[in-house]
Amino acid sequence: MSSIQIPRRRFLALGAAGFGASLLAGCDRLSESPEVGEFLSSAEGLTYRAQRLLGGSHSLAREYAEADLSPVFKVNGTHMPEGDDYAELVESNFARWRLRIDGLVANPLDLSLQDLRNLPQRTQITRHDCVEGWSAIGKWQGVPLSIVLKRASPLPEARFAVFHCADMYEHALDGTGQYYESIDLIDAFHPQTILAHRLNDGPLSVGHGAPLRLRVERQLGYKQAKYVMRVELAASLEGFGRGKGGFWPDRGYEWYAGI
Amino acid sequence: METRAEAHGSVGIPVAVSIYRHALVTRLTHWINVLCVTVLLFSGLQIFNAHPALYWGHFGADADHPVFEIGADEPENGPPVGFARIGSTTFATTGVLGVSNNAAGEAVERGFPRWLTLPGWRELSLGRRWHFFFAWLFVANLLVYFAAGLGNGHLRRDLLPSGQELRPRSLLRDIAGHIKLKFPRGEEARRYNPLQKLAYLAVIGVLLPVMVLTGLTMSPGMDAILPWLVDLFGGRQSARTIHFIAAFLIVLFVVVHVAMVFLAGPINELRSMITGRFRISVEDQHE
Repeated sequence: MSSIQIPRRRFLALGAAGFGASLLAGCDRLSESPEVGEFLSSAEGLTYRAQRLLGGSHSLAREYAEADLSPVFKVNGTHMPEGDDYAELVESNFARWRLRIDGLVANPLDLSLQDLRNLPQRTQITRHDCVEGWSAIGKWQGVPLSIVLKRASPLPEARFAVFHCADMYEHALDGTGQYYESIDLIDAFHPQTILAHRLNDGPLSVGHGAPLRLRVERQLGYKQAKYVMRVELAASLEGFGRGKGGFWPDRGYEWYAGI
Repeated sequence: METRAEAHGSVGIPVAVSIYRHALVTRLTHWINVLCVTVLLFSGLQIFNAHPALYWGHFGADADHPVFEIGADEPENGPPVGFARIGSTTFATTGVLGVSNNAAGEAVERGFPRWLTLPGWRELSLGRRWHFFFAWLFVANLLVYFAAGLGNGHLRRDLLPSGQELRPRSLLRDIAGHIKLKFPRGEEARRYNPLQKLAYLAVIGVLLPVMVLTGLTMSPGMDAILPWLVDLFGGRQSARTIHFIAAFLIVLFVVVHVAMVFLAGPINELRSMITGRFRISVEDQHE
């Protein structure tokens, strides 16, 4: 009996090891296929619908106390946008900077930093979760995006808010290296979605996106667009970048980053 | 439970009996789970590699103190040295953790090596695609398993240990049996032994649900929907650390589980999880 079982065991062990190795090699081959990538991406729609169903427009991200603040809030992504235009804005302390609100709105706006400061403010201490896995807690102050959008009077066709940023993240040959992001109008009108101009009781630093950065607290860090220059309301995400709704979504990351 | 005894004459002679051990739903969910856990493990290590450090509490990033870290030191002259650090204890791990070979055979800095990540090359976004697709399948499969297991009595009948089995004496005897690699024979082999029941219950009832819950806690969207999740695990970064520890414990379970299958008779055990039929030898009671 045992004389039969030992070769059998060895055979099975070898088989299992071979199976494991070919499984990984097979998974790598599958990973190279765009169709498989598309298929795996179908989970994103499920996640989006599930979180919208359960959380809708009302669920709030946790707000922390001053004592919970990260000692150091990590600077990630662009540290300093390239180019003379941005350098001049920094030089003049953003005096000539204007935020443009346009696209599918009845009343396009150009707002200075002072205009934004004069609007109702919201301060929130929230956790920033990077797609890489780390978290930092910071205190943000800014204008709720809903207040700005309401003043611009969105048209009924509008479905997305697209944020155009000052930083060229990558020198892509097709000109799609400019950082941009987009959110649906549920998040755009969420009470914690703000255009922040202050972090931890000081003006937003260049590393953190001066003069203005988006905070959309129920999503990951790459949605928190820095150096926001223009908010455009749109009916579809086609025609922006490579059509997936953001710099990182154009490069394989989920457009809906609530997970 | 149906049995099919082969004809034998006299009393007391062992007879091979084939029993129906695993219901179809148990076998199906078992193999779907194998697939899901495998993909989730290797894609999870890909995700981990994007920031190979774990923290305790609500926040944690470069400037904060990690409880576990994989990294690489770059000496002035000489190749980079990989290390893993738990608390303040550092282990040299060049070749596996921190520094390992890429597809071209060059030593590069990366957390887990390419043969433990999905995909093998470094691509966080694709790792996440694999992870979240199979996370959905994993959760759906787990729900089917629990619903069926409660409905057909599998959880209560096969996995829940009896009071007698939980007595220290019977547990000690079972532990001794495992140490001596003596496996239940005959009638006793019809049921899972007490340690087996406890191991399966710990994995199915604790580790797998903890994986789901800590995974959900890492989602900022879910934290807004179920704020108690964050409190349950003491913060998002604690949840991430627990997710990693629970994954490690599942790997440990799988190693022991597969070893036991091989020691207990791989053909019989594997057949029972494929066809449902398990062969035991009983003493013939017929005249």
